[in-house]
Amino acid sequence: MTVDNETHAFIELRNVSKHFGDFVAVDSVNLRIEKGELFSILGGSGCGKTTLLRMLAGFEEPTSGRIFLDGVDITDQPPYERPVNMMFQSYAIFPHMTVEKNIAYGLHKDRLPKDEIEDRVGNMLKLVKMESLAKRKPDQLSGGQRQRVALARSLVKNPKVLLLDEPLAALDKKLREHTQFELMNIQDKLGITFVVVTHDQEEAMILSTRIAVMEKGRFEQIGKPKVVYEYPENRFVADFIGTINTFDGVVQDAQSGRVIIASDESGASLYALSDSPPAKGSAVCVAVRPEKIYISQNRPDNSEDVCLPGVIEDLGYFGNISLYRVRLETGKIVLVSAQNRQRTIDRTLEWDDEIFISWRPRSTVILAE
Amino acid sequence: MSEQINKQLSEAWQRFILALPYTWLLIFFLAPFAIILKISVADPILAQPPFTPSFGDAGELQISADNYVFLLTDKLYAITYLKSVMMAAIATLFCLAIGFPIAYGIARSTPGTRNILLLLIVLPFWISFLLRVYAWMGLLNNYGVINNFLMWLGVIEQPIPMMYTDFAIYIGLVYSYLPFMILPLYATLERMNLDLVEAAQDLGATPAQAFWNITWPLARPGVIAGSLLVFIPATGEYVIPYLLGGPDSLLIGRVLFDEFFINRDWPLASSVAVVLLVLVVVPIVILQRNQARDAEQAT
Amino acid sequence: MTRNSRFVISMLVFGYAFLYIPLLSVVVYSFNDSRLATVWGGFSTRWYGELLKNEQITSALFLSLKIGVTAATLATLFGTIAGIALARFGRFRSRSLFTGLVLSPMVMPEVITGLALLLLFVSLQQLIGWPGQRGFGTITIAHTTFAIAYVAVIVQSRLSAMDESLEEAAMDLGGRPFRVMIDITLPLIAPAMLAGWLLAFTLSLDDLVLASFVSGPGGSTLPMLIFSKVKLGVTPDINALATLIIVFISVGVLIAWSIARRMGKDSSG
Repeated sequence: MTVDNETHAFIELRNVSKHFGDFVAVDSVNLRIEKGELFSILGGSGCGKTTLLRMLAGFEEPTSGRIFLDGVDITDQPPYERPVNMMFQSYAIFPHMTVEKNIAYGLHKDRLPKDEIEDRVGNMLKLVKMESLAKRKPDQLSGGQRQRVALARSLVKNPKVLLLDEPLAALDKKLREHTQFELMNIQDKLGITFVVVTHDQEEAMILSTRIAVMEKGRFEQIGKPKVVYEYPENRFVADFIGTINTFDGVVQDAQSGRVIIASDESGASLYALSDSPPAKGSAVCVAVRPEKIYISQNRPDNSEDVCLPGVIEDLGYFGNISLYRVRLETGKIVLVSAQNRQRTIDRTLEWDDEIFISWRPRSTVILAE
Repeated sequence: MSEQINKQLSEAWQRFILALPYTWLLIFFLAPFAIILKISVADPILAQPPFTPSFGDAGELQISADNYVFLLTDKLYAITYLKSVMMAAIATLFCLAIGFPIAYGIARSTPGTRNILLLLIVLPFWISFLLRVYAWMGLLNNYGVINNFLMWLGVIEQPIPMMYTDFAIYIGLVYSYLPFMILPLYATLERMNLDLVEAAQDLGATPAQAFWNITWPLARPGVIAGSLLVFIPATGEYVIPYLLGGPDSLLIGRVLFDEFFINRDWPLASSVAVVLLVLVVVPIVILQRNQARDAEQAT
Repeated sequence: MTRNSRFVISMLVFGYAFLYIPLLSVVVYSFNDSRLATVWGGFSTRWYGELLKNEQITSALFLSLKIGVTAATLATLFGTIAGIALARFGRFRSRSLFTGLVLSPMVMPEVITGLALLLLFVSLQQLIGWPGQRGFGTITIAHTTFAIAYVAVIVQSRLSAMDESLEEAAMDLGGRPFRVMIDITLPLIAPAMLAGWLLAFTLSLDDLVLASFVSGPGGSTLPMLIFSKVKLGVTPDINALATLIIVFISVGVLIAWSIARRMGKDSSG
């Protein structure tokens, strides 16, 4: 990556670490987020993503490193002085205040004139479509409504950055999908930089302009959702985002971008395309996503493709897709998913059918170990 | 720079408000114990206050272990301590035997009933301790409610002497401290997942086995807390032995009281208190450890 | 819910009978006309009349109430700070000493605390001439010390059940720590503080042993007066007084309980 270190990014973390006793929650992390981005930090529980967010908000002090916002070093600023607001995972709606008072709280702390507070609260209520519930107490609201109040409350101060900790985790599936798009709309409308922490890869993929995949206090990969999905840089990222089949092998030949890999696991040569192919004889890991694989009863005649014979060991019908577990002759299990394009209740492929799986060389990813 | 000042301010503010209860407790709870210790190694004299100062006129240290030697060698005191601990322990066992099924019953009843049953356990606790002990005086008397009732039934001809006996003290202790046993027991039993017992029975345990293998071990924090909450205050109990026990029921709380107010032997009373403190400090530490562990598990 | 076994049910019946029969008998005998408290001499309310005429009792009651209100208020102030410190201040220096200091008075045998405090007051009087007279002031101090623990425990448990991100959210929105405490923490622990105050007040009204130690001549609280009377045996006017106290407290607790229940329903619904 080529980044000009002279021009400052909107948010910049320089070698930020956080230790809790012996435990290293965040391990000397560098990060640059541009203005207006919807940036997601994705990782499993305990990977350090929430600690990172809390350092941005000012609730945790970095053990070392500096945090800059819009060119200003905010590392030592307490949370109540940072132009950053946070939407908490529990929403943290003050239970003894009405919806209106909750949203107005931050403005009161800024000692704004009364009319302006009323104005801005009114606008926010409109933005999150909660005008009719302004006088309600939090315990009279549904989960989705509470989420809107929390969002409005953290946006009303016009923060430079909005931090969102698992913003959708507390909602049920249908509401989550709906709210995702609403969040994106609001972000688009206001142009505020969003930093989202989530463990839900689907949520991160849909929402974000860029994703940082985090593990054990470090970033494994930072990039656009498509890039992270289609071109994972290592096995962890490939595994963590979506499902993927991997084969260990050795590079046999690499000519004009076309790499041939021999693998004991596949039983036949695998092909991949690469601009910077690994050296001949080096051990690599080759990966392919289940939806990139074709499944057919007859051997396809395109010799460019990877083609392996196998037996259907198990299959699952999901409505929109069908998932197959295919056992290769080597014993290796490969997952294949296929769109159910035709409406039919007769299955063409059954348990124990002998079939062929095949995929294009450009669908193959070579992973760094 | 201003941020640093801010942070320090909030810390200074924390320290300031913390200083209020801290100072209060240091002066009115910790310091008194230092004074007890000091007086317990003085000798009684006829003066005001009735004990020798720690330092003589020439500034020489004048302390003596006479009181402790006396306490440890005097048979009467050894018996008194032993009896106090034993009576408290037996009362604790009775509280546990009666309290466990009650706590279990409350924890297993429907939520509506449970609230009322709990309220009825707590209610006597709010009503004066002294009056609850007093109520038994009217019941246990030779011509009290129980004897009158039994004689009216014709079960007995002469009243059974119950008042001013150890039996009356036990009744008083169990009656007064039973809620202290039931509440912590209830708290652990209520938290316990009922599925566990059903799972044990599903796997072939009889109800009795399920109780011994599942319920009892899981209720242990509550048993420990409840037992210590009964045992510790019961050991130093003053009112119950005074009102319900006989003149010869020498329990340590009462002896301390008499030594101080009637014999006016302040040094001896202080050393009696120190020895009692030593007796209960171990259970107190166990109790606090138990509570801390329980609190950690709950979060 | 599984149904309770017959054994458990009979233990429940026995247990509650054990708890309530003595109180009931006091209530019944308070209406006994006979001066001999154990012999039934017909229904009468004359002991209640004599009670009101007894100035000793009314002045002791007044002293007890005065001490109770003062001690409960002080204990609520200190206990709330202590509870907040235990639940929210994290690890401060000498935290374990502080925890011990706060909680120990709750389990310490009363005779020890009482004796220790009296000796402190006597020593202080020698050293600085205060307290000149033992009574209202010294009893209030003793009761405050003892009740801090109860308030602290109630406040602490309320705070640990409370979502800490509420306070963080307020800080995030621009509230400084002190403001956050006023705006968010205090309103949310107010019910716990009220419960703590009531408990401290009751404990103070109930206490005999501490007051007996630290009180001086003339400073007689209601329990001290009752104790000096019942030492000699059961008397009908004490039955009447006990009945009044039982009824008064039961009604109070029932009201508090139903209010708490309604509030609980409001906040959970």
